Amino acid sequence: MAAGVHETTLGLDHRKLAMWVFLGSEFLFFGAFVSAYVLYLDATAGGPGIEIFDIPFTSISSFVLLMSSLTMVLAHNAHVRRDMRRMRMWILATAGQGAVFLGGQVFEFTVFYREGLNLTQSPFASGFFVLTGFHGLHVFVGILLLLSLYSLSLTGKVKPNQDLKTEMIGLYWHFVDIIWVVIFTVVYLIPELAMVD
Amino acid sequence: MSHSTTTTGRRSVFSRPTAETGFSSWITTTDHKKIGIMYFFTVLVFFFLGGVESGVIRAQLAQAEQSLVTPEIYNQAFTMHGITMVFLVVMPLSAAFFNYLIPLQIGARDVAFPRLNAFSYWMYLFGGIFLYSSFLLGGAPNGSWVGYAPLSIDSVSNMAFYAVGIQLLGVSSLAAAVNFIVTILNMRAPGMTFMRMPMFIWMSLVTNFLLLFALPIIAVALFMLQFDTVFGAQFFNPATGGDPILWQHLFWLFGHPEVYIMILPAMGIVSEILPVFSRKPLFGYAAVAFAGAAIGFIGFGVWAHHMFTSSIGPVARSAFALSTMFIAVPTGIKIFNWVFTMWGGKLRFTTPMLFSIGFVSMFTIGGLSGVTHSIVPHNAQQHDTYYVVAHFHYVLFGGALFGLIAGIYYWFPKVTGRLMSERLGKAHFWTWLLGFNLTFGPMHMSGLLGQPRRTAVLPGELGGTVELYNLLSSLGLLVLVVSALIFLYNLVVSIKSGVASGPDPWDARTLEWLSASPPKHYNFDVIPTISHRDEFWHRKYAEDEAGRPVAVPAGASEEHGDGHDDRGEHIHMPDPSYWPLVMCLGFFPLAYGLIGPIWPAIIVGVVWIIIGYFGWIIEPVAEGDDDDPVVEDPDAHRSGVAAH
Repeated sequence: MAAGVHETTLGLDHRKLAMWVFLGSEFLFFGAFVSAYVLYLDATAGGPGIEIFDIPFTSISSFVLLMSSLTMVLAHNAHVRRDMRRMRMWILATAGQGAVFLGGQVFEFTVFYREGLNLTQSPFASGFFVLTGFHGLHVFVGILLLLSLYSLSLTGKVKPNQDLKTEMIGLYWHFVDIIWVVIFTVVYLIPELAMVD
Repeated sequence: MSHSTTTTGRRSVFSRPTAETGFSSWITTTDHKKIGIMYFFTVLVFFFLGGVESGVIRAQLAQAEQSLVTPEIYNQAFTMHGITMVFLVVMPLSAAFFNYLIPLQIGARDVAFPRLNAFSYWMYLFGGIFLYSSFLLGGAPNGSWVGYAPLSIDSVSNMAFYAVGIQLLGVSSLAAAVNFIVTILNMRAPGMTFMRMPMFIWMSLVTNFLLLFALPIIAVALFMLQFDTVFGAQFFNPATGGDPILWQHLFWLFGHPEVYIMILPAMGIVSEILPVFSRKPLFGYAAVAFAGAAIGFIGFGVWAHHMFTSSIGPVARSAFALSTMFIAVPTGIKIFNWVFTMWGGKLRFTTPMLFSIGFVSMFTIGGLSGVTHSIVPHNAQQHDTYYVVAHFHYVLFGGALFGLIAGIYYWFPKVTGRLMSERLGKAHFWTWLLGFNLTFGPMHMSGLLGQPRRTAVLPGELGGTVELYNLLSSLGLLVLVVSALIFLYNLVVSIKSGVASGPDPWDARTLEWLSASPPKHYNFDVIPTISHRDEFWHRKYAEDEAGRPVAVPAGASEEHGDGHDDRGEHIHMPDPSYWPLVMCLGFFPLAYGLIGPIWPAIIVGVVWIIIGYFGWIIEPVAEGDDDDPVVEDPDAHRSGVAAH
């Protein structure tokens, strides 16, 4: 709880402001990784390069992750309406889609590994695995947050009038989603298009 | 919290600790003032260690061709000296001031997230312990604090400790940055607009935004370094096409904002002290605030001036030379504002004032040598020589440290209710100034004569004058040691038996002096309403026709009440908690696991941290609900009260 009970200066809840501020720093985190990846696009050391990507497969898992943003919005909306049953349902749906996306990433990594792309092989491979791996870690943390929100709403720690908690986790979840849109575009699509030309 | 009773009535693992005195009250505290004090004393220990490392360096270089220690030990000494002074001394000492002063200066009862604040402190302490444990575990990092690849990915460089240890300190600083930004933006007393904030608050806000945007970049660089050294990734290995220049770009994209992170808090402190002891408002308040913000913005656009001798090309060199000269402009604005603040004022040369004037003058010298670096041909001559060492010690020691020490003397009465000895303080100042200039002044000359940095043995072929300059530097360190002992003696004696200061020993101008000294747990009985820039001053003085201040009788300081605000409601304060400490302990197995890699330790660490996270969110508050701690007000779930 806060030290003061007066209204906040900006009229915005502390936790919401803190989440926005934190996400501001996260953008630079991923920005630096994406820059390094782009720098190393051709540094394949004779191993596999961007031609290894399976665009249709990754598109499907990207679509699942994008749709999870919709269910997150529905979960928050249900919480605002104090409909905890629906809120829990949509939270589980969101976490489930996040898990599907992660499963797709694990599958993709194993396929690449069998085809000869591994972390220690080239700067390109390191850049790809570490960038997408850290995004996967963010999805994993998001799932953890969603599941704790789900279980705490069962125990009564998250109350019907505390929709701010859902909103905060939603902010984080949408951020992870937006970053994936950037990664999917810059890591997968643009290099592929450039290669086709 | 002092009057609270737990609603459950029985103790469980999730019950809040209640001790208010003794050891357990310190390790479970969420009070920003106690955390600030803990930061301060931890910094003293690390400052001693960093000083010992500098002693190793100066002893080795006191004479040419001397080898008291092996090159291996020497490399560890200068690397750990840099890491310690940057990450474990100057930044946390600024954090100590942030913690203690920000809530007091903006009229808040605490920071926005008290438990996160405790978490920041423990992460800092454990990160420091982790880094120093490397001495016992096969050698400390020895690739310099800038950790240039590919040297740093070499297996003999011990840089895995550096990669993981700085990462821990980064987590600490990032949590603190989010906390302080939210506190400053969201918890100002009624009427405190941006242009009424004390200048230290302005500089804190800029500093914490710099931390917020710079730390993720060093996090990326350190993760890459760690993956290279521990997991065999190829980010910086030229053999497979990796680019060592990428490390330099990422490091300095953090590293340059970092130098402003280290100087801006000291600038804020000096901007508070000079007006008080000149008995004048800060000259050009808006210009100083704007210059601080401008430094923050431009600070992200000058990083490659650290890389003029690497292969970044003539266009980049020219652009970064220009932006580097340009960033000297807002800094110069500040220097002139400080000088004009003193101009025509009624100066009182107390110890904090002396250190502030020392700051302005020494920082100016360092700034001028900094501008010479921005000239690319000049830079090519200076690069990796002791001229650079002289420059950054003038801005960090003569700048940041002088300003921070001024702050220690100035706010010591606020923290303890006692004054530090002025006689010893002045002795400390003059020996400090002499020792500092004797240590780092000659380095300008030896650097221009070609003495290289990070070289374990001073080469004899550089000749006579360089050896003389190095001997002077080493003697200067002895003066600094004597000076530091004077300070330490003054500190210990003043804490135990200093003269009682009363609530306003300096005739100060800003809000923190409105509360008692030392402040009560809840800072203010009644949150003051702000109507002026120097609120406290305007409560004490009116102006006569000629504009001279005239004392206002009475009503200047608040009534000291009994823990109830003006509506008679009990002031609710954050409860102590041991979960921040428990959670931070989990970072030990994780960190040691990550330098192996030792997978069981990594898993234990991750699980421990997750358990800590659940304990953190499940633990109840002593009264009411976590979103609604004030029992009298059941509809407050939207009131911006933070849950922790």
